[in-house]
Amino acid sequence: MTPDLMQAGAEALERHKAKPESRPRFVSQEPYFGQGVALYVQDITVSFDGFKALNALNLTIDVGELRCIIGPNGAGKTTMMDCITGKTRPDSGKVFFGSNIDLLRLSEPQIAQAGVGRKFQKPTVYEHLSVFENLELALRADRRVRASLFSRLSGAQLDRIGEVLVTIHLKDEAQRTAGLLSHGQKQWLEIGMLLMQDPKLLLLDEPVAGMTDEETERTAELFLTLEGKHSLVVVEHDMKFVDELTQGRKKVTVLHEGSVLAEGLLSDVQNNEKVVEVYLGR
Amino acid sequence: MALSSPRGTLLGPKGWTGVLAAALVIGVLIPLLNLAVAPDSAFHLSEYYVSLTGKILCYAICALAMDLIWGYTGILSLGHGVFFALGGYGMGMYLMRQIGREGSYKSDLPDFMVFLDWKDLPWHWAWSDSFVLQMLLVIAVPGLLAFVFGFFAFRSRIKGVYFSIITQALTFAAMLLFFRNETGFGGNNGFTDFKRILDMPLNTPGMRVFLCVLSGAVLIAFFLMARMIVNSKYGRVLQAIRDAETRVMFTGYNPVAYKLSIWTLSAVMCAVAGALYVPQVGIINPGEMSPAASIEMAIWAAVGGRATLIGPIVGAFFVNGAKSWFTVAFPEYWLFFLGALFIAVTLFLPHGIVGLLRKKGERS
Repeated sequence: MTPDLMQAGAEALERHKAKPESRPRFVSQEPYFGQGVALYVQDITVSFDGFKALNALNLTIDVGELRCIIGPNGAGKTTMMDCITGKTRPDSGKVFFGSNIDLLRLSEPQIAQAGVGRKFQKPTVYEHLSVFENLELALRADRRVRASLFSRLSGAQLDRIGEVLVTIHLKDEAQRTAGLLSHGQKQWLEIGMLLMQDPKLLLLDEPVAGMTDEETERTAELFLTLEGKHSLVVVEHDMKFVDELTQGRKKVTVLHEGSVLAEGLLSDVQNNEKVVEVYLGR
Repeated sequence: MALSSPRGTLLGPKGWTGVLAAALVIGVLIPLLNLAVAPDSAFHLSEYYVSLTGKILCYAICALAMDLIWGYTGILSLGHGVFFALGGYGMGMYLMRQIGREGSYKSDLPDFMVFLDWKDLPWHWAWSDSFVLQMLLVIAVPGLLAFVFGFFAFRSRIKGVYFSIITQALTFAAMLLFFRNETGFGGNNGFTDFKRILDMPLNTPGMRVFLCVLSGAVLIAFFLMARMIVNSKYGRVLQAIRDAETRVMFTGYNPVAYKLSIWTLSAVMCAVAGALYVPQVGIINPGEMSPAASIEMAIWAAVGGRATLIGPIVGAFFVNGAKSWFTVAFPEYWLFFLGALFIAVTLFLPHGIVGLLRKKGERS
C-alpha cells in the first residue's frame, strides 16, 4: 500500500468517526430534497364510518414553495394535515417527505423531528408556562427524557430564542404567562414555536383566525419572509390574506369533498365555474 | 435585553430557610421534646404525637408524589394507594420474619401461615429474611407494576377520567386479591404484632422518634428531588403535556416516555412512604388499598394546592391533622367534613391553601 493511499484511508476513517458527532443524533433520517419536492401526497383516502373525508387526494409541494389551500367547510383540509402529521392513518395512498421519508410509517413525534411543523386551528400553547419557556421547549434539541433532565441553554440557543421573540413581536412579553396573552398573540406564539423547531415544511391551519387586520398583515409579511427557506402549506378562509400571500403569481389549491377540485392562480380559480358553484351553492 | 432561563436556582433564600426550619423541627425539636423533656413537663411531646407526626410525614410523601403526577403532569391517579400498600407489605413481610418464634404459635412461620396449616414459606417470601433484598422488593415490585401498567395505558393513549377510573379499578382489584388467604399476605387481617426491625425492638421511644425523623428526612430529600425535576426542562415538558399534549407530540417529544418515567417515579415514592409507614403504625392490611384511601391522597394534594410541591405537603398535614382531631371529637361527621372540604376547595380555592396564602402575600 502506498503512503498516499494509507493517508487517504486514515483521513476517511477520521471523517467517518467525526460524522455522527456533527449530525444531530435525534433525527434518524434526513429528508432528501434533491428532486425539488418537499411533500408528495398520492391518492390518499380516509373514511370515517363510510364517509370519505379524503377521496384519492393528490398534492405536491415543491421545496421552498408557499401554497395556499382553500375550500368550503368539510372539504378535508384538516384531515389532510392529520394524515401528513401522523394523527390519522389513511386507508390507502402514500405520503412522502422529500423523496425518501415515508411519513405513513412514522409516529407524530418522529414526523415532527424529521422536520414537519404544524400549527393548529385553535391556538395551542402551554398556558401555564411563560412565553420564553414555550419557545424553549420547541427549540430544536434532543427530545429524549434524559437529555431534558440535564439540559442547559447555550448562548447560541438563548440568542435564537431572542431572535424569534423579536420576529413574533413578543419580546416584551417574554416572561409573561402564555395563558394571559391575547388570542392573536397566542397565534403568534404558536408560529414562533414552529420557527424554533426549524422545520423544513410548515403546515398552518387557519393561522390568522381571530387576528386583527394589522396582525393579519404582519403575519402575511412574516410568511413571505419564510418562503424559500421553508416550504409552507397554508389553509385559510380569508381570501384577502390568501391574495396577499400569493401575490397574484402563486398556485392555490381548492379542495372539495376530499379531493382537489382546482389548482391554479387565485384569480383563475375564483373564476372557475366549478369552484363558484361549490362556494355559492347551485 | 439579556435573556436567561427563568427558573435557574433550586430554591430561593426563603425556600432554603423553610427547608432548614423543617429539618430543625423534625430532626432536633421533636426528639428533644419527646426524649429529653420530662413527661410531666408542659413542653413534653407525647408518644402519640410523635407517631402521628411520623404517620403524616409518610402521607406527605404520597401527596408530593401525587403532585408530580397530577399537579404537574395532569394525570389524576386514583390508585396510588396500591403502591403505598405494596411498599408497606414489602416492609411488613420483613417485619413478620423478624418476629421469629415469638408469635402465638411459637413457630418459625408467621402466625397466619400456621393458622392456614402451611408447612413452608411460599415462594414470594424467599427474600423476606434479608432486610436489603426485601427493601429492594419494596422499590422494585411497585415500580415494576407501575411501569407495566403505565406502559400499556399511556401507549394506548388512555387519558383523563378514563385513566383515573382504571387506576381506581387497579387498586380495588389488588385489594380483593390481598383479601384472599391464598395470596399469602395474611388475608383481611394483614400483618401486625411486629416486634423488631434489624434485630432492634420496635416498641421503644427511641425507635419511634428515629422512624419519625427518618420519614422527615426522606420527605425533605424527595421534596428537593421533586424541585430539581420541576425546575428542569423535563419538568417543563411535563407541564406542557398537562396543558397541551398534542402540541408536545407535534413538537417532536414522545409523551409516553415522559409520562411513564414520572408515573413510575411517583409510584416508587409512594412505596417508600408505605415502607416507612408500616413500622410506625404497626399494621398493614388490604384496607390501605381501598379506593377511598387513594382518593384521600388526591384530596390532600388538592386542598394544599396543586403544582406547588409545598402545597400537597401542607395539605397532607392539614387534612390529617383535622382528621385525627375530628375522629375523636365527632367521629360520625368526619366523612361529611372531608367531602365539604373538598367541595369548598374545588369551588373557592382552585389553587388550594398555598394559592390562597400566595395571593394574600401578593396583595400586602
